[in-house]
Amino acid sequence: MSGLAGNLRIDRKNFDTRNGESLVALLQQVQEKHNYLPEHVLRELACSRGLSLMEMYSVATFYKSFNLQPRGKHNIVACMGTACHVQGGEKVLEELSRMLGIKPGETSRDGEYSLDHVNCLGACALAPLVVVDGDYHGNMTAARVAALIKEKLREHKGQTAEALNQEIGQKAQSGCCCARLLAGEINSV
Amino acid sequence: MDALQTGMRSLPELLNLQQQLKKRREQQQNYLAVCGDTGCTAWGSQNIKGVFQKCLQQKGLDHITGLKFTGCLGLCESGPVVIVFPQGIFYQKVKESDIEEIVEQTLLQGKIVERLLYQDPLSGEKIIYAPEIPFYRKQERILLVNNWEIDPSSIEDYLALGGYSAFGSVLASMDSEYVIGEIKKSRLRGRGGAGFPTWQKWEECSEMAAAQKYIICNADEGDPGAFMDRSLLEGNPHSVLEGLIIGGFAVGATEGIIYVRAEYPTAVQKIRRALIQAHELGLLGENILGSGFSFNVSVSVGAGAFVCGETSALVASVEGRVGEPRQKPPHLAERGYNNCPTVINNVETLANIPSIISKGAEVYRRTGTEKSGGTKIFSLVGKVRNTGLVEVPLGVSLREIIFDIGGGIKGGKAFKAVQTGGPSGGCLPASMLDLPTDFDELKAAGSMMGSGGMIVLDEETCMVDLARYFLKFLNDESCGRCFTCREGLSRMLEMVEAITKGQSSMAEFALLKELAAVVKDSTMCGLGQTGANPVLSTIRYFAEEYRVHIEEGRCPAGVCRDLIQFQINTELCNGCGACRNKCPVEAIEGEAKAPHLIRAALCTKCGICLETCRYNAVIKL
Repeated sequence: MSGLAGNLRIDRKNFDTRNGESLVALLQQVQEKHNYLPEHVLRELACSRGLSLMEMYSVATFYKSFNLQPRGKHNIVACMGTACHVQGGEKVLEELSRMLGIKPGETSRDGEYSLDHVNCLGACALAPLVVVDGDYHGNMTAARVAALIKEKLREHKGQTAEALNQEIGQKAQSGCCCARLLAGEINSV
Repeated sequence: MDALQTGMRSLPELLNLQQQLKKRREQQQNYLAVCGDTGCTAWGSQNIKGVFQKCLQQKGLDHITGLKFTGCLGLCESGPVVIVFPQGIFYQKVKESDIEEIVEQTLLQGKIVERLLYQDPLSGEKIIYAPEIPFYRKQERILLVNNWEIDPSSIEDYLALGGYSAFGSVLASMDSEYVIGEIKKSRLRGRGGAGFPTWQKWEECSEMAAAQKYIICNADEGDPGAFMDRSLLEGNPHSVLEGLIIGGFAVGATEGIIYVRAEYPTAVQKIRRALIQAHELGLLGENILGSGFSFNVSVSVGAGAFVCGETSALVASVEGRVGEPRQKPPHLAERGYNNCPTVINNVETLANIPSIISKGAEVYRRTGTEKSGGTKIFSLVGKVRNTGLVEVPLGVSLREIIFDIGGGIKGGKAFKAVQTGGPSGGCLPASMLDLPTDFDELKAAGSMMGSGGMIVLDEETCMVDLARYFLKFLNDESCGRCFTCREGLSRMLEMVEAITKGQSSMAEFALLKELAAVVKDSTMCGLGQTGANPVLSTIRYFAEEYRVHIEEGRCPAGVCRDLIQFQINTELCNGCGACRNKCPVEAIEGEAKAPHLIRAALCTKCGICLETCRYNAVIKL
């Protein structure tokens, strides 16, 4: 692990944060690299910067964009801005949560999906808004988001019927809600 | 145009380059503006741009007609938007399959593609030219107008329209005192929320004797429902940068920082590119244009904390610490970033600076009110017909914005209230529609200007639920330092949640009002001090709605889940089974072609059945 923290330098060409001193900027780099903040890196960074682990974690947990757990391969984000809220954003998030079998902030057991909500993405004309892997999907409703996620699941699980069946079996045992949904998909094939 | 390669070292070089670019632009008046803002991109404008490019090449038009992927063109509701210049023909909801026709008909034959025109919902009339659409006609677009003409990734576009002339004239003939005097005369007030006079901030900082001072652009646009700062940074980043450089000159700063929230990756990318361009051209760096003035700018990306919009918390965040506000004084002008004098201005405030300097304060302040000059950009969203960004002179009434520009309420519903000022603001009812949009007037009415979010609410919005939403937001975002904010907001949230569940009493309601007053009076920073506003303003204007929830156990708007029920009207239901198939919890039963039934014990009230039924048989009680 040595040198992990030492290798982190701010690229001055990006005119990004002065002197590489900002801890927030360093943590952002760590997260970009690992997609979360692994404990061993936080420990090493604390050591190299002369901070206590507590000080390190106080920054890492204060800001919403930092994750202390690995994120899924696919990120699903529901916007919870005011415009989204008054047009049913909360129901959309609930439906997402139900379909994926995870709460906002969590990652599915198979490491495929993470679900998050954000305060506002500033694309209020699209309200209610859901972002899947960086693609914006506007004018969502509980029913439309169900169709969208179904389609995404089908795309991502574009494997053989046999493998898919096996996976559904596993998911059903683990009580995952998307199992039922996928089972529905298989029946219709 | 050697300067584009080598950078400029003197003022005449800047003037010369601007002249040349202007001339070049005059020869290239034919272009298509394809909106590249987030909204239109979500509807596929990136692909539209690609197909246009190909189509123009195929027809051999690529040398005659330019293609600009612009910032927000305003009328997000009609996205993807394409405007054909020089005529200004406005095409809405353009699909990839429409492009060949636009090129064939409009560009080659000069004809209009009728079906892509905007249709006025009130008169039914089709409108050809963008400036004639009521949404635009009633605005005064000073900051946003250039979004139509500028490719945000091109500094040449900005220079050709006279960009950086204001900075040039500052360097040529003005000193700090003069610049601050102009800003004072212009009556510009900070657009971030509180409306503090900009000149006063600048003067305080400029009077500090220090070797190092900083100016920070606050692009931590955290108010949900507001996106004008994002659109300015994405649509015309150089205008913000020019304002920041002039501000740096006025206060005597040698470094500027742009603090952008992490949720705006495109804005971060655009402003970074703008910085590199300005550096390459010699508009940033050491001894700029041989004037002796040196100024550098860097970008600092936030990490997701609403409270960092508060200036002292913002400084803590830029320094890489936990973004907690601190007690003021000492003010930031005394002790800010790295303990040096610092001034913080909002994105929109800075975007106003170049036009004040170029036009002169006297001309600038003709727009606006007696106490605050200029225009304000509002993001008009929610249940309004024309969602989008609206720029109007300060002082225009709420009614003009919502009805004349916004086209009224979506779907023929009744107007109920407008929420302004984000979580710190409040809700104003129909009786306040003639209120002018002015910092002081809105505050007196129990709301505030905030950064300019304007969320329109109709009869189907529950005000108690909205108060709950904002309390939840603020409770999540409270940094937890002050006891009254940390505990007060969470107790208030509990109380309001109880009301939405029909589990409260009028005695508890009285306690809620008392607690709201305590939180307002006893917290340190703006988040807590204004945290009770959503509750207080909804109680002030919609007390009856609270009473009905508490005493009658009803939610008149049909939003609060514990107080509503879904049922199927057996006379209208033909047993098609669509709702039964879609119901995620299998709460609907019934034989095919026979009326269905919702089992209340299983129903989660998600509303999917109501949305699915084509026979209006599902009803909400």
